[in-house]
Amino acid sequence: MPSPSPTIEPPHGPENPPTTRRALVRDSWAVGAATGVYGLSFGAVSVASGLSTLQTCLLSLVMFTGASQFAFVGVVASGASPFSGAASALLLGTRNTFYGIGLAPRLALRPARRALAAHVVIDESSAMAVTRPDTASVRTAFWHTGGSVFLLWNLATLCGALAGDALGDPRTFGLDAAVGAAFLALLWPRLGTATNRRVALVAAIVAITLVPATPAGVPVLVAGSVALLVGLLSPEEQR
Amino acid sequence: MNDSTTLWVALGIACVGAYLLKWAGMSLPQQVLDRPTARRAAALIPVALLAALVAVQVVASGTRLVLDARLAGLAFAVAALLLRAPFLVVVFGAAVVAALLRLA
Repeated sequence: MPSPSPTIEPPHGPENPPTTRRALVRDSWAVGAATGVYGLSFGAVSVASGLSTLQTCLLSLVMFTGASQFAFVGVVASGASPFSGAASALLLGTRNTFYGIGLAPRLALRPARRALAAHVVIDESSAMAVTRPDTASVRTAFWHTGGSVFLLWNLATLCGALAGDALGDPRTFGLDAAVGAAFLALLWPRLGTATNRRVALVAAIVAITLVPATPAGVPVLVAGSVALLVGLLSPEEQR
Repeated sequence: MNDSTTLWVALGIACVGAYLLKWAGMSLPQQVLDRPTARRAAALIPVALLAALVAVQVVASGTRLVLDARLAGLAFAVAALLLRAPFLVVVFGAAVVAALLRLA
């Protein structure tokens, strides 16, 4: 559901990575493909955790936020109450609220379309969209990334659920490393200011420190909040 | 409630709640967003979360810290970014490096 408005094309060059509409669509679908494949492992893990194929597919269709989905089935698999699984999933989902706060003014959508857009507010669509220079390219990056992840993630979930453990591990193809590289590439252009570099460093250190101590997903949330606080308490930089 | 009902109810709550959390962020009134602190926060949130996601994607395996081929993939990504390589080269180059190391 891309925006029909034309995109202003800045000159290409080392200082201006390609942001033509075509390049943006291609990059968005590349992120969608790299992320969507992980639906295979979600589908397989979910049925292995005791959920039905229908429940597994509903999680991808309706919850549609990967870390929360993994948290839900992970807690259910551990034998804990499904309600504590729901609590973990919702805790992780709060980061999408923050993404929405950043996205809403940049997307500038009418309420009806905003309600639809809210469904595809996830890590990838937010990261691809928030730094774009104009509304048209914010919308293009958002809808194409969100749409491609939604489509491919759900197809992959169904395949993973049906095939179960018979399928190969996406790790064989290094796709786990690709996701980290994609997040880094998205972070890279924002490391220009000292505050942002400090925030990034604090977030990475806090996240790594928390990994052994907290359930999966919590480190990102806590590290994000702590680093945000550090950034807000830092003095404003002269521009 | 039997186990099956409990699972369905929890699943429903989690699914509806996840959507409402997304919708709430998109629907906060503009006055809230126009405050300088909110603007700074909105700019810093992606930096903080992306850095945490990079860290966790590369060294976490469940609740364990694991140094494996993903780190080599990230090193490739850093080098490629320093050389101003295109996005696709950064991402799929990192995958190829990690996959080749695992084959070796």
